[in-house]
Amino acid sequence: MYKVEIISIFVENKPGKLEKITKLLAEAYINILGFSITDARDFGIIKFLVDKPKEAYELFKKNGFVVALNPALGIEMKDKPGGLYEVVKFISSKGINIENALVYVAESREKAYFIFEVENFEESLEKLKDNGFELLKLV
Amino acid sequence: MFWDQQLECIEPERLREVQLQRLKEVVKRVYEKVPFYRKKFDEAGIKPEDIRSLEDIKHLPFTSKTDMREAYPFGLFAVPLSEIVEIHTSSGTTGKPVVAGYTVKDIALWAEVMARCLVMVGATKDDIVQIAYGYGMFTGGLGFHYGAQKIGATVVPASAGNTKRQIELMKDFGTTFLACTPSYALYLTEYAKEEMGIDLSTLKLRIGSFGAEMWTEEMRKEIERRMGIKAYNVYGLTEIIGPGVAHECPAQQGLHVWEDHFYPEIIDPETGEPLPEGQEGELVLTSLTREGMPMIRFRTRDITTLHREKCACGRTLAKIERIKGRSDDMIKVRGVMIFPYQIEQAILEVQGVEPHYQIILTRPHYLDEVEVQVEMSKEIFSDDVKTIETLRKRLEKKIEQTVGVRVKVTLVEPKSIPRSEGKAKRIIDKRNLK
Repeated sequence: MYKVEIISIFVENKPGKLEKITKLLAEAYINILGFSITDARDFGIIKFLVDKPKEAYELFKKNGFVVALNPALGIEMKDKPGGLYEVVKFISSKGINIENALVYVAESREKAYFIFEVENFEESLEKLKDNGFELLKLV
Repeated sequence: MFWDQQLECIEPERLREVQLQRLKEVVKRVYEKVPFYRKKFDEAGIKPEDIRSLEDIKHLPFTSKTDMREAYPFGLFAVPLSEIVEIHTSSGTTGKPVVAGYTVKDIALWAEVMARCLVMVGATKDDIVQIAYGYGMFTGGLGFHYGAQKIGATVVPASAGNTKRQIELMKDFGTTFLACTPSYALYLTEYAKEEMGIDLSTLKLRIGSFGAEMWTEEMRKEIERRMGIKAYNVYGLTEIIGPGVAHECPAQQGLHVWEDHFYPEIIDPETGEPLPEGQEGELVLTSLTREGMPMIRFRTRDITTLHREKCACGRTLAKIERIKGRSDDMIKVRGVMIFPYQIEQAILEVQGVEPHYQIILTRPHYLDEVEVQVEMSKEIFSDDVKTIETLRKRLEKKIEQTVGVRVKVTLVEPKSIPRSEGKAKRIIDKRNLK
């Protein structure tokens, strides 16, 4: 299925937090494909796209983090001016709202993916597929 | 169910006769046997003969925790030390510990009142009673122990701490009745689930008796849900006897005071004046039948309300509401008096938030600031910052509405607030007011 999974982690805004989290991933040989950090004063949410999302989810849970695993969509975009514009124009033309997003650069200067979460995953997927845009398949 | 139905459902008039008779006896006894009381009564210009009705109790001087500390260690004993068979001392959370001495008859009384508590909530000789209150230097453990043995139940004296072992005992022995502090009860469910993969509600537990710290109706519901039990409130204090002064009945609406032995009054904590029935104030207790260390008008500092209307369970004995706060536990913030329980209540009302919190008081400039740290939990986590921020703001608003002071709520990571196996430390005061 054209589905990717995103790991979301609740973190207090304190020095060393990101270090601790990335160390866990490194030690478990989990590769980070893309990430984003949203910050709200005293806390933030770190989101990761990784090569082994289920393993990463269990890993964080076991280590006492509040963590969620959510489905997301990935659309290929050209790594050139207007690349992102083409993609978001397409998404909005289908009436889909982007909740959160991050970028996965698959091949530098060639190919990148716009990874985003939506309110209704299944419905959005139906609307987007078979429209000439390449959807990412990782799971 | 009743341990002593005749007594627990006694006619109010008859009860007052018993109380008056016992009050006269104990006042006379302490006046003759305890120099501390003789001195206090003399200073107040009152003689034992002046007690002619129960209302006359208001002429007797109060006994405070400070008095007890001054009498440390044995100054309040009314019998020679050779007659004392057991000594307890309070947990000493607020200074020098206080000491309580028990004669053989006092221990029998303790077992009797605890037996009433246990049977009232449905315990029988077939129950397996696991006591996870401390046994050393804390009356919680032995009080329950004596009562549970008196009704013929099977006692598992686990004492406090060693959480993993507690859960193994529950599982392997088929514990049906649990006694511990409410915060520890919640901790047990959490530990069982997360560290051992055990859902305590699937075990044989059916009744819990929780006390020694303040807790709320929401915490009760949470404990009942997570353990699959009925949870009851127990009240007591070392100065009077230990647990067993009062206990909830199946109606779960207030705690019956065993007032044939412990005479309750409610006073205004500021003026010391007795308050009319139904008004909130400080609980004052007089032990009517203790031999080793009778207490006259002990100021418990616990804030509650006394009710005398007949209970659904059939008992006629007075009820106190769950303890709302301590008159010396009040935090004064920008001149406003607030109790930790109010903040707890507010957090719990905002649905889904687990009751792990801490109140931090600071005075960065000239104004007090209150920070309430609340742990994030799986149940309320959203991967969306906006949603979490909304929750945080709802918490701030609810707390402000409840206590009347603006607070800052910080959401912190799970397990970052220290867990206690005894009493929860809810307030960190960093104001350095001295």
